[in-house]
Amino acid sequence: MADDVKPRVKVPKSAAVGEKIVVKTLISHKMESGQRKDADGNVIARSIINRFTCDFNGENVVDVKMEAAISTNPYFEFEAMVPEAGEFKFTWYDDDGSVYEDTKTIAIA
Amino acid sequence: MELTRRNAMAMGAGALLIAGLPVRLSAAGEDAIAAFTGGAEVGTGDVRLIAPEIAENGNTVPIEVGSDTASEILVLAMGNPTPGVATFKFGPLSGSRTASARIRLAGTQDVVAIAKLQDGTFVQASSTIKVTIGGCGG
Repeated sequence: MADDVKPRVKVPKSAAVGEKIVVKTLISHKMESGQRKDADGNVIARSIINRFTCDFNGENVVDVKMEAAISTNPYFEFEAMVPEAGEFKFTWYDDDGSVYEDTKTIAIA
Repeated sequence: MELTRRNAMAMGAGALLIAGLPVRLSAAGEDAIAAFTGGAEVGTGDVRLIAPEIAENGNTVPIEVGSDTASEILVLAMGNPTPGVATFKFGPLSGSRTASARIRLAGTQDVVAIAKLQDGTFVQASSTIKVTIGGCGG
């Protein structure tokens, strides 16, 4: 599973101090819900990303616990406060133990 | 099939079973709410749930939850085989307590957002979404 997972994150390149910016994240993942059956009638085991977090310079922005009802290729959009220049760190935790990460730097305009 | 007393009893039992099914499913949702709130009373107030009235494809339904003072928002799809959808926890650097996501819905049902406010009380908002094609893959 871990090979075709690709995180995509959209963050503005710069912001004013204290500005609220919109962050959009998407990660390609099949999010197998554990409800579907294959052609032989066997249940396909659950395989989803169960947690997503976003931190800025080590401080938490949002922490999402995800369950089977999140769509394929999970998409999240939220707002973050930018107190200083720094780095956003995005982390996704897979059921199989894999962790996918992405980072974006933002400058102060 | 002859309509004997035995057959009539069997049919009645079958009908009861079918009627009982939705009750059982929403009971799982009630349990999830109780686990989140710890049994506290859930009122209405500062929580928003923005969702389409009709979703053509239950596999990806865009929703948005928001609140001005929430620290956590739980989203439940009451008619899904497993009602849990997501729990958003907002950290100190969240710009506003809103988030959007795309979710799966098995069929036409109520989606509920329950927010835990900073003062420790719980409020909820719900919305009925009509789903044309369910998102559980049969």
